[in-house]
Amino acid sequence: MSTRLAAGGRLLDRAKPVHFTFNGKRFTGVEGDTLASALLANDQMLMGRSFKYHRPRGVVASGAEEPNALVGLGQGARFEPNQRATTTELFDGLTAQSQNHWPSLEFDIGAVNAKLSRFLPAGFYYKTFIAPRPFWKHVYEPIIRQSAGLGKAPKEGDADRYEHFYAFTDVLVIGGGVAGLTAALAAAQSGAQVMVLEQTAHWGGRAPVDGGTVAGQEVSAHVDALVAELSGMDNVRLRLRCMGSGVYDHGYVLGYERLTDHQPEAGGPRHRLWRIRAKQVVTATGAIERPLSFAGNDIPGVMLASAVRDYVVNWAISPGDRTVVVTNNDDAYRTAIALKQAGLEVAAIVDPRPEAGGALTQQARDLGIRVEQGRAVAKVMGAKRVTGVAICPHAGEGAALETIDCDAVAMSGGWSPVVHLWSHCGGKLIWDEAQAHFRPDAERAPTGHDGLPFVTVAGSANGEMGLASGLADACAAGLKAAAAAGFDGTATAPEAEAPEEAPLLPVWLMPQGAGPALRMKAWLDFQNDVKVSDVQLAAQEGFESVEHAKRYTTLGMATDQGKLSNINGLAVLSQSLNTTIPQVGTTTFRPPYTPISMGAIAGEARGETFQPLRRTPMHGWHEKAGAYWEPVGHWRRPYCYPRDGETHAQAVEREINQTRKAVGLLDASTLGKIVVKGPDAGKFLDMLYTNMMSTLKPGRCRYGLMCSENGFLMDDGVVARWDEDTFLCHTTTGGAERIHAHMEEWLQTEWWDWKVYVANVTEQYAQIAVVGPRAREVLEQLGATGMDSQTFPFMAWEDRTVAGIGARIYRISFSGELSYEIAVPASQGLALWEALHKAGAGHGVMAYGTEALHVMRAEKGFIMIGDETDGTVIPQDLGLGWAISKKKTDYLGKRAQQRTHMTDPTRWKLVGLETVDGSVLPDGAYAVADGTNANGQVATQGRVTSTYHSPTLGRGIAMGLVLHGPDRMGEVIEFGKVDGSRVAARIVDPVFFDKDGEKQNV
Amino acid sequence: MLLLECPCCGVTAEETEFHGGGEAHLKRFGPESSDQEFEGYLFNRVNPRGVHFERWRHVNGCGKWFHAARCTVTLEVFGTYPAQTVEPPQILRELISSKRPGWQWREFT
Amino acid sequence: MSEPVTALNGATYAGVARIAELPRRGMITIRGSQESAALVAAVGAASGGLDMPGPGEAVIAADRMLGWMSPDELLLMLPPAEVAGALAALAEGMAGEHYLAVEVTDARALFSISGEGAVAREVLARLAPVDLSPAAFGPGNFRRTRLAQVPAAFWMLEDGSFELMCFRSVAAYVFGLLCTAGEGDAVGHY
Repeated sequence: MSTRLAAGGRLLDRAKPVHFTFNGKRFTGVEGDTLASALLANDQMLMGRSFKYHRPRGVVASGAEEPNALVGLGQGARFEPNQRATTTELFDGLTAQSQNHWPSLEFDIGAVNAKLSRFLPAGFYYKTFIAPRPFWKHVYEPIIRQSAGLGKAPKEGDADRYEHFYAFTDVLVIGGGVAGLTAALAAAQSGAQVMVLEQTAHWGGRAPVDGGTVAGQEVSAHVDALVAELSGMDNVRLRLRCMGSGVYDHGYVLGYERLTDHQPEAGGPRHRLWRIRAKQVVTATGAIERPLSFAGNDIPGVMLASAVRDYVVNWAISPGDRTVVVTNNDDAYRTAIALKQAGLEVAAIVDPRPEAGGALTQQARDLGIRVEQGRAVAKVMGAKRVTGVAICPHAGEGAALETIDCDAVAMSGGWSPVVHLWSHCGGKLIWDEAQAHFRPDAERAPTGHDGLPFVTVAGSANGEMGLASGLADACAAGLKAAAAAGFDGTATAPEAEAPEEAPLLPVWLMPQGAGPALRMKAWLDFQNDVKVSDVQLAAQEGFESVEHAKRYTTLGMATDQGKLSNINGLAVLSQSLNTTIPQVGTTTFRPPYTPISMGAIAGEARGETFQPLRRTPMHGWHEKAGAYWEPVGHWRRPYCYPRDGETHAQAVEREINQTRKAVGLLDASTLGKIVVKGPDAGKFLDMLYTNMMSTLKPGRCRYGLMCSENGFLMDDGVVARWDEDTFLCHTTTGGAERIHAHMEEWLQTEWWDWKVYVANVTEQYAQIAVVGPRAREVLEQLGATGMDSQTFPFMAWEDRTVAGIGARIYRISFSGELSYEIAVPASQGLALWEALHKAGAGHGVMAYGTEALHVMRAEKGFIMIGDETDGTVIPQDLGLGWAISKKKTDYLGKRAQQRTHMTDPTRWKLVGLETVDGSVLPDGAYAVADGTNANGQVATQGRVTSTYHSPTLGRGIAMGLVLHGPDRMGEVIEFGKVDGSRVAARIVDPVFFDKDGEKQNV
Repeated sequence: MLLLECPCCGVTAEETEFHGGGEAHLKRFGPESSDQEFEGYLFNRVNPRGVHFERWRHVNGCGKWFHAARCTVTLEVFGTYPAQTVEPPQILRELISSKRPGWQWREFT
Repeated sequence: MSEPVTALNGATYAGVARIAELPRRGMITIRGSQESAALVAAVGAASGGLDMPGPGEAVIAADRMLGWMSPDELLLMLPPAEVAGALAALAEGMAGEHYLAVEVTDARALFSISGEGAVAREVLARLAPVDLSPAAFGPGNFRRTRLAQVPAAFWMLEDGSFELMCFRSVAAYVFGLLCTAGEGDAVGHY
């Protein structure tokens, strides 16, 4: 059983007990524990089940690489699945649940998958569920869906707050182990601004556990001194619990800081996403130990040797009473020694090397530990807990020589540098034959905006596994990075001493000749249940590329992204393919290094600040009036103002009737307003609009169309000439920024010698449309003079004082009614809006929304950008030939409109449509034609672009694009409905109401 | 995420302040042009592996358009320059030659 | 004429940082060649004698400011009552010259951000991709950039105190951003 030792525990404060629950059971740990160490202290070795076979799994590692001990943490709005117990700091009141089991962790129905495992080999997804076909929908999919998913998704909105922070630094050091700190000091002493990120809560990394001396003192004392020195420097920023998540182009790095995960009651943001620009990055990310592939290597109680050592030294955990250490290298002997020194029994060290050993081997022997050389583990015995190991000659096929009773196994297959952050942005790797791992190739580093390398690796991340060589490497890396950032300095690494180590023996399968039965029990990827046999099968079936084999077997595709399994899997694949590991190569390393929270990615973009909402000066009034909102771009515009008991349709009808009968008010502030000024302004607008704007007289307005260079209609609006040099261009609501940018683009990049300046003044003005037969009376009541048609005709603008507010009034109409659009400074908008309501009360004034606007413009046959246009429609399609100048030699889109496809007489053209039965045509419906098209579908001859119930006409009206439409007036055609039926509609003039414009011209 | 220096306001900023605008140094063809000329102007774009010239706008900044010479393989930015020109500046072309001898992009070397 | 209202009626927030919507301030967008002697003179006359700012700078006096927006754009801020006079001075000084001056007083919302030590720097550093360390950003610096998802500009008065402007329609969004960013504890980065 696993227990807490009576003494020791480098990171523990035993005076402070911490209470928590696991699967509803109450446990106690102490301050300094991780969830994993606290569970081990309570003999809870079983922490989860695997994804595919639901095999019982214990913790295997002690850090970020942990594949098994994934739990759901927290409750309710703070629940989060798939959290690693090994990186979860224990706090009082923590609640955790294990995953992937039903009904309980101890007894799990899904574990039957394991019994079926011979029917669920690699790629079973692609093979098993193909036939019979109906089974997919009714049998396979429901079952797969029920068991799919890793952990449970949270059901409530996240209760926590998150934030981003933009930081800039000369040198960013990722990793606060002894190498990272050494590199940081060297860089800082050179004068560079330095930031150091460490993902755990402790400085120093593995070194204090592994031991050795630096500058004559214990490593841990040296780490303390380094941290103290760095903390005292003005140019150094240190961040604990902050993981370097990804390295991106041009020195961009994301850091993931976990602020309150370990103290949820502390308040403040839970996570902070650091968005860092570094001139230089030093990755001192350490190395990860590899498991060994032997049968039963996934049984709870089998752990990485380094993890066993961590648990003993850092958290005073006895992982078992009797441990067998199995290793192909000297480092794991440290584990045996640590166990022994903690008073625990080491049953044997099983070492496949024929002649093991440096100083550490000797030390182990001196402590009386049995060392079995040339031997391998044939298999591990046990189900939910290790009960023993069978040992055999490594060179053989697995015939057991002896069974050794034990309840823990510490395994080590050697160390792989953490090259992820080096690789994210293109750093290349080389295969180190002697240490059997990939390490960064300094000659092929990631390059930045200046084409020069911007990442340097330090310490064991660089394959420098020894203490002395690692420190020397880190010191050099810090100096190099500082120099590359423009700070030259000198520093020397401190002297360090650690035992000499003998070379390792690469072992990819144990024993070397293990047969199929053993290979089917030798796990590579613990979380995704990928075994040696699966990778071999993938190779046999032709998945030779490492990227294919990965996807076929799902090796390395779990939440741990293959941190333990990657190299072992590559090695098995390369052996199956009879090639070398470097020839197989690695899969791609992609950020994030470990999963980061969605909340951290979103940052402040949630709730009210999820996205910008644009509000007009009258927004609050609309809100109080109960407006039903329509999003238009980021704007919110009132769609209608429903009153008690009214449907939206009824409200729209009321608003239209009142406007046509008396007077309506529309908040038109969202319309774009762009000032265009200069001696060449007329010439410029002639290029931008299809019609002639330079001939517009000051004081007058003209409707204009704007096309893109490929001829398609992109915006429309009324242009007013303010004076000889100055125009005001109205754009659509969504178009202001886009059209302003369009103007700037042409002025800056094509006609930069033209004398024109533009300014977007959209938000300077509140604009209110006063619409309807009594509009003039309302304005006159507010003191506006000279409003008669003689003085102030249709399509003119005048400056007037309305309600004591200086206003510029445009007499333009989008409804066919007598209509004035009144522009006042935005700070006066609400005052004018309220004054109009007050003055209009006696005239039957009523606010109307965008739907009434849309219906009224459709009754008049006015097009709407985005309804009648969709990016493929040209003005000629819409019967707008009158707005296209024949005199101009050029305008944007003119050349494109001469292309054969644009002049094709069979292009669908705009017409009005009236259903024969008076009903409303479905939006977007297609007009059917005789016969079928090339795909065997019913042929079409047109489509509906706008369709409404017209209260004015008391029937359905629509506009649409129809083949030869304008030549087919009066003809009845049919439109398909979603239910398969058809509805007949007559082709008519698109102007349904007041064809002669008598109402707007009064 | 790229880091670009706007030559108009002198600010070096991350890509989120900018907006990409496609290939640089296009010559506009208007109503009198042939179908082939117009097609080339409107649709045909180079897609080089290596040296490329492109347009950017400092949209969340000074609002100005500028050009950037960039390597599409390594993302190295050789330089940026104002948009009011029909060809890359000679000094920039020489700099690129020193880093990518023998480079060619459209008619420019 | 009614009492002019700002977008948020002077909303304020006091967390770790203090955020306030500022009272209405007259604003004029001036476009023209900054190399033109006529423009320099006219701007001087219109602004009440402010010097021309360089790129990335604002020239700040008691109740007025001249900010560098782009190579051919300046932003003049001054008391609202002086806008008409300033426009007239520009028109007079630039008679016959190519330029554009237009009032944008109500097109924007203005905020102040302040707090102890580096608090205000940290508020902006949570939202804008800009180096706000004291070495990189000091009094008189003026920066147009993005604040989360919208364009904005800010400038520093004395150390630790900023003013910021955005478009009027997104004033509530920006105020929400600033309050959220001004709520939390110090990051301790500067």
